[in-house]
Amino acid sequence: MLPFSFEKVRTEQDAIRAAAAGARYIAGGTTLIDLMRDEVERPERLVDINALPMADIRADGADLVIGALARMSDVAAHRETKRLQPLIAESLIEGASPQLRNMASMGGNLLQRVRCPYFRMLDAACNKRDPGSGCSAIDGLNAGHAILGTSNHCVATHPSDVAVALVALGATMRVRGPQGERAFPVEELFRLPGDTPHLEHTLHPGELIVEIRVPGGPYARQARYLKVRDRASYEFALVSAAVALETEGDTIRQARVAVGGVGTRPWRMRAVEEALRGKPVGRDTFTAAAHLALEGTRPLSHNHYKVELLPRTIVRALEMAGGTA
Amino acid sequence: MTKTNHDAPSGNERSLSGHDAPQRGPSRRSILQMAGGAASLAAAPAAIAQPASSEGPPTAPTTRVRLVVNGSARDLKIDPRQSILDVLRETLDLTGTKKGCNQGACGACTVLVNGRRVTSCLTLAVMHDGAEITTIEGLARGDELHPLQAAFIEHDGFQCGFCTPGQIMSGVACIAEGHATSPEQIQFWMSGNICRCAAYPGIVAAVADAAGRT
Repeated sequence: MLPFSFEKVRTEQDAIRAAAAGARYIAGGTTLIDLMRDEVERPERLVDINALPMADIRADGADLVIGALARMSDVAAHRETKRLQPLIAESLIEGASPQLRNMASMGGNLLQRVRCPYFRMLDAACNKRDPGSGCSAIDGLNAGHAILGTSNHCVATHPSDVAVALVALGATMRVRGPQGERAFPVEELFRLPGDTPHLEHTLHPGELIVEIRVPGGPYARQARYLKVRDRASYEFALVSAAVALETEGDTIRQARVAVGGVGTRPWRMRAVEEALRGKPVGRDTFTAAAHLALEGTRPLSHNHYKVELLPRTIVRALEMAGGTA
Repeated sequence: MTKTNHDAPSGNERSLSGHDAPQRGPSRRSILQMAGGAASLAAAPAAIAQPASSEGPPTAPTTRVRLVVNGSARDLKIDPRQSILDVLRETLDLTGTKKGCNQGACGACTVLVNGRRVTSCLTLAVMHDGAEITTIEGLARGDELHPLQAAFIEHDGFQCGFCTPGQIMSGVACIAEGHATSPEQIQFWMSGNICRCAAYPGIVAAVADAAGRT
């Protein structure tokens, strides 16, 4: 690991000042330390923000508000999370391992780097790590890579599970930085790779994620997360789906659908949602709607299976949420 | 740039005493430590040297941190790059905690930090000033094994034993969290600990047994 200077801050102002001057925030460290050890990440200054009072988890009316420093395990186990947004709890539990969930913060989870093997292989070309060097995955081992939102420069998936649930539920995030505070949908945090895959998010320099707000909705209690992977637990998704349904009798009033493991960012499926609206709960409805998820997919040499797996995963998740699985 | 091993700023000058079998000549561990000491003596100038480049980042060669390890307060001077795992193994000579993958994937380095299980390879010791750390060495009371240690023996919860300290620390937390309620739950909540000998049936049985007794 290369040398760095380390500073622990007690106030948000000190944190933002340090980051505006080029320091990297560190919270749980589960991504950053790992990548620093491999010298994929080479920060010269670290600013430890764990002492900041941003780990609160609370209800605000029907909304669930999660401090950016709250740990994944604490959010998943929290009474208000289970009461208001069980989908958030379920998606968190399906991610990483108990040890990592005890360490990883919610803000860090959203900002975690990709798990493409070439990204951390210093002798392989990777536009994310070394802009302009090329993408080793496009013609390489790409079974785990994306089929949506890819470019000729990067095909890595966003690895977070809870981000998929947050995007499905229309969560927003509040950030503070040198220019003040702003709030925006979590979905807008993530950039598509395009021809600048090294730029992964829309935070401005020095901005700090403060909290995440998950709005309540009539679909929140009828929501499930299904993660399909090579092992039963502690593995990244091949395909995952976060779905939420509001039903009246046998009729779907509205639906929320987002998917993971297939996109270069967590992928909201608005066409699928629209196709579910007003239809009867059941496999025929789910299958017809889920087929719309394939629009715009571009499979690579080794991940054609995701084209088949994606709609099937959505159908099964909808059946779980709709109580017909 | 020369890649130096900063993982071992101290701990290479340890004597042969104070280890597992001090009365019967050098142990395997002490011989390995001697070999490691010789190797890193040769590398010492590089390890101590500051970055040669003048525009290199400012680094303190040592940072002070206090850790309460298995109930004892330890005031330490460490390199900010040292993980808790490296401080335990290299600075404090507590080699019960194992370094497997060193990237948070295998769970061999699991310890409790303020009562919570974490992978000690993935967190910097400098971030945990004042923290209470419990390692495998801190579980037994004198000669009396922790119930989960005893259960691992009873249920053959290991073969080679390398993952065992991490399995047991993770299992202690799994039970305390209330996640050891069924074999299925134990499998899921212990999945952060890999056993390449695949002693999983024994591990699950041991955790279930100890959970039932506590």
